[in-house]
Amino acid sequence: MDFFHQLIQQLINGVSLGSIYALIALGYTMIYGIIKLINFAHGDIYMVGAYLGFFGVTVAGLSIFPALLISMFVTGCLGMVVEKLAYKPLRHAPRISLLITAIGVSFFLEYAGMYFVTATPRTFPDTGLNFAFSVAGFIINGQQVMIFAITIILMALLTYIVQKTKLGKAMRAASFDTETAQLMGIDSDRVISMTFFIGSSLAAAAGVLVGVYYNTIDPLMGIMPGLKAFVAAVLGGIGILPGAVVGGIILGVIEALVAGFLSSTFRDAAAFAILILVLLVKPSGLFGKNTNEKV
Amino acid sequence: MPMLEINDINVYYGAIHAIKGISLTVNEGEIVTLIGANGAGKSTTLRTISGLLKPKTGAINFLGKDIAGMPAHQIVREGISQVPEGRKIFAEMTVMENLELGAFTRSDSDGVAQDLKMVFGRFPRLEERISQLAGTLSGGEQQMLAMGRALMSRPKLLLLDEPSMGLAPLLIREIFSIIVDINKAGTTVLLVEQNANMALSIASRAYVLETGRITLSGDAKTLAASEDIRKAYLGG
Repeated sequence: MDFFHQLIQQLINGVSLGSIYALIALGYTMIYGIIKLINFAHGDIYMVGAYLGFFGVTVAGLSIFPALLISMFVTGCLGMVVEKLAYKPLRHAPRISLLITAIGVSFFLEYAGMYFVTATPRTFPDTGLNFAFSVAGFIINGQQVMIFAITIILMALLTYIVQKTKLGKAMRAASFDTETAQLMGIDSDRVISMTFFIGSSLAAAAGVLVGVYYNTIDPLMGIMPGLKAFVAAVLGGIGILPGAVVGGIILGVIEALVAGFLSSTFRDAAAFAILILVLLVKPSGLFGKNTNEKV
Repeated sequence: MPMLEINDINVYYGAIHAIKGISLTVNEGEIVTLIGANGAGKSTTLRTISGLLKPKTGAINFLGKDIAGMPAHQIVREGISQVPEGRKIFAEMTVMENLELGAFTRSDSDGVAQDLKMVFGRFPRLEERISQLAGTLSGGEQQMLAMGRALMSRPKLLLLDEPSMGLAPLLIREIFSIIVDINKAGTTVLLVEQNANMALSIASRAYVLETGRITLSGDAKTLAASEDIRKAYLGG
């Protein structure tokens, strides 16, 4: 196998991994955009989504797509409940209180997960996607096709919601200026709640896709992807939706290249080296603007 | 019965007592202005009417309904719309999207289309810049957009907070003549201004605010002629 061939193969792997980071990063960035919170529980929401998908397939005997949709819906509702119980009472509190609460929610979800489903990793059943085919000599498997397809559909749907619908406009207005949005008649509490629903359901989709891709899930599975999606969101420019997607893909590709050409032990190091680099060179991220206010 | 009746409200910012027992009324069809120096509590009063701040005590009646403590997004539905200080347009959205957000509470698409025409009639420059990002507009255009946006909710009472701020004198004149037109078309106006001269020239009645209290009130022309007012606010 020559170098070029391996490069393309790693790019395919990288983009599928990156799509998953992108889905998680979108939720991070949407939530940050609207309440300026780095929701450190977001990775654990993703874990819950993976388990709901798992139980949908194993216990309820659903096929993968209905299981995915149900997991997205239920996890979305969980996101709304978390916001209502943990974050909403702190709406006027200092931001650090909110951040500490998010870390608390993260631990709560991890250990509640261990209590209810045990710490033993579960193996995702065969979803009928364990086939692989080769295109011009490059191997693509069924799971990767599913990841690409679902990611593209969800991103198109999200773009439509954010750009074209009344809810999306309200979301953009509220994340730009919550107070003025209220003067337009926008109920900011409701918009924040819906943002948590959408962000959490995207994380759930990522969780189910990872379950399908890597076959194994456990209650602490959200920690590392959660942190990496955070890196992806910062890389793209936190609060900026296209930034989260591009950041996620770049991160996935770099990880795949590092794992493929150097050593997979450097994978995680590469991700966090990127974070340090971004913070040093362009803290506002790739898509970030230096905001200057018109007086 | 007055359209808006504020009765002895007290508003605090944390421990700071910003509004100390203000009462005022606005009748249907009027232009009423609230003038006073920087920090007198003019904006605080408007923000309390629109629901962004809650009075600790006192009542605010609008069309016979107590709206004190009602959330801001519901007060818009009651028929009060605010043009905030500093315009506060949604800079990263287009002119059209800003106007659409102004009509957020409405579901009568025919009426919204009609009002959009009305807004473009009043502010032709907005129509020329319809798909431009609002942040790229000039200061005067942004003020027009903020006013157009507020009109899109078809308010019964329009609250204007310092519409002259940062604008050239010629533009201020243009904005004020549009305020008169809006009022003539049937919208009641409560105007907060530091530019007392301009405000008194278009208002029918005025209140003078000093450190959280109303110190003078009455007919705008009488106030404009009064020696005290001329000294304090009109530059001699």
